[in-house]
Amino acid sequence: MRDASLLNVKGIDAFYGDFQALFDVSLSVDAGQIVAVIGANGAGKSTLLKSIAGLTHPHRGEILFGGAPITNAPAFDVLNRGIALVPEGRRLFPSLSVEENLLIGGQSRRPGPWTLARVYELFPVLAERRHLPAPALSGGQQQMAAIGRALMSNPRLLLCDEISLGLAPIVVREIYSRLPHVVTEGLSLIIVEQDIMQALRAASHVYCLQEGRVALQGPAHALTREAISAAYFGV
Amino acid sequence: MTAMQWFNVVLQGVLIGGLYAMFASGLSLIFGVMRLVNIAHGDLIVLAAYISLMVTQALGVDPLTSLLLVVPIMALIGYALQRGLLNRTLGEDLLPPLLVTFGLSIIIQNGLLELFTADSRRLQAGAIEIQTIQLTQSVWVGALPLIQFVVAVAVIAGLQALFYKTALGRAFRATSDDQSVAQLMGLDTRHVFAMAMALSLAIVAIAGVFLAIRTNFDPAIGPARLIFGFEAVIIGGLGSMWGTLAGGIILGISQAIGAQIDPGWQLLAGHIVFLAILAVRPQGLFPKVSG
Repeated sequence: MRDASLLNVKGIDAFYGDFQALFDVSLSVDAGQIVAVIGANGAGKSTLLKSIAGLTHPHRGEILFGGAPITNAPAFDVLNRGIALVPEGRRLFPSLSVEENLLIGGQSRRPGPWTLARVYELFPVLAERRHLPAPALSGGQQQMAAIGRALMSNPRLLLCDEISLGLAPIVVREIYSRLPHVVTEGLSLIIVEQDIMQALRAASHVYCLQEGRVALQGPAHALTREAISAAYFGV
Repeated sequence: MTAMQWFNVVLQGVLIGGLYAMFASGLSLIFGVMRLVNIAHGDLIVLAAYISLMVTQALGVDPLTSLLLVVPIMALIGYALQRGLLNRTLGEDLLPPLLVTFGLSIIIQNGLLELFTADSRRLQAGAIEIQTIQLTQSVWVGALPLIQFVVAVAVIAGLQALFYKTALGRAFRATSDDQSVAQLMGLDTRHVFAMAMALSLAIVAIAGVFLAIRTNFDPAIGPARLIFGFEAVIIGGLGSMWGTLAGGIILGISQAIGAQIDPGWQLLAGHIVFLAILAVRPQGLFPKVSG
C-alpha cells in the first residue's frame, strides 16, 4: 500500500548549511491527500520541503515521486515532474507584474486544469490587480499570488511552506477556505505550519517534527492535544 | 567655428554613440541577468570582427552580409562559453567570474595575436562606405554611420521588447530577481544564463562588425571597447536599456567635442564626462525605477 503512494520519502538525512536538519525522516503522501507537517522553529520543516522540491539534496535516504527517484533531481526538473513549492515568505518576483508571476509559474506547460482564468476565479482579487507589480499587493494577496503561481504549473503535489506566516487571521482563514477547491482536482498537499490548529483542521494526516526527527505521526483526528504538545515541545 | 559645424560635431558624436550603446547593452544584459561582469566583452567584440574578416575572405561577401553567419556563430560561442565555463564560476562571490573573464580576455587577445599577428585589419564594406546623405546645406552624414545608428536603436528597442513582451524576457527578469525561486518555477537557470550570454554575444557580433568597418582593429583593442561599454552603462544607469543608449550617445558626443578642441582630448573628454556623471549621479542618469 505504501508503494502506491504519490510521494515516498524514505529515511532521509539532510543538511541546512553545515548543520544537520533532518535525521532519518520518512513520510508518504497519497494522491488527493492533505498532509500537515508541524513542529517548532528549527525542527527541520522547511529543509524537508526543500529536499522534496530539489533545492537541497539529502545525504542519505531516498525520495520517490510516482515511483521514480527524485532524490538528486534539480529543482526545475522536480517541478516539471509535478511538484510545486509555495516558498516561505511568498518570494514573488518583485520586478514582474502579478500576471507575469503567474505566467512564470505556468511556463513549464504541464497540461492540467490550472490556467490564468482558473487562478483568477479562485482568487478574484488577483484579477483586479493583475497588472500591478507584485510588491504592490498586500501580504495576503501576495500569498494568493504565490499559491496561484505554483498552481499554474499544474502540479500533482503542492508544497505550502508557512502560508499563514505574517498574515492576519481573517486572511489566513480565507486562504485556507480555498484549499479544498484546489484539492478537488486530485492534487495532493503538504502543508507546513506553525499554526497547529489550522494545520489539523485542513489535513487528514499529520507529521510532527522535533529536532529533525519525526516525533509523532498519525491521522489528524486520532491525535490528542497532549500527544501533539509532547511531540512538539519534546517535554 | 560656426553653429552648423558644432551641430555636425554633435551629430557625429550621436552616431558613434549608437555603437557604444551596442557595446554596452550586451554587458548590461548579462550583468542584469546574472551579476556577471564580463571583462572579456571587449575582446569578444574583436573576436567577432576577426570572424567576420574570415567569413568575408572565405565567401567573398561584404561585412554586413557576413553578419548572417557571424551573429549565429557568436551566439553559439556565447551559449557554449556560459554552459561550459562561466556557469561554474557563478555564486555568492562576484570575484570568480571576474577573474575567469579576465583570464579569458588574455587568452582571446593572445590567441588572435597568434592566429592573425598584430597587424591592423579593416573590414571593407565597399561603395557604401563613401556614400553620404545631405541633411542641410553644410551637414552631411555618412550612410554607414547612419545605418549603424539605426541598427543600434533597433537592437535596443528589440532588447526592450524581448525583455518585457516575451517568455524568454520574463524568464530573464525572474532569474535576475531570485535564482532559486526561478528554479522552483521550472526554469533551468543554467540554460537561462546561457541564453542571455548567447544574446549578449549576438549583439557583440553586430557591434564588432560595425566597429571593424569604421576603424582599424588589431588583437589588442578590446579592453578600450570594454571601457567605452562600461562607461555607457554607468552613465545611462544600470538596468535601463534606453538609458544605455543615452549613455552611449553622451559618451560619443563628449568624445566628438573633445576631439574638436584638441585631437588628443577625444578619449580624455569621454572619461571626464563619465567621472563627472559618476560623481554627481552615481546611480546613472536613468536608473531602473524601483527594484
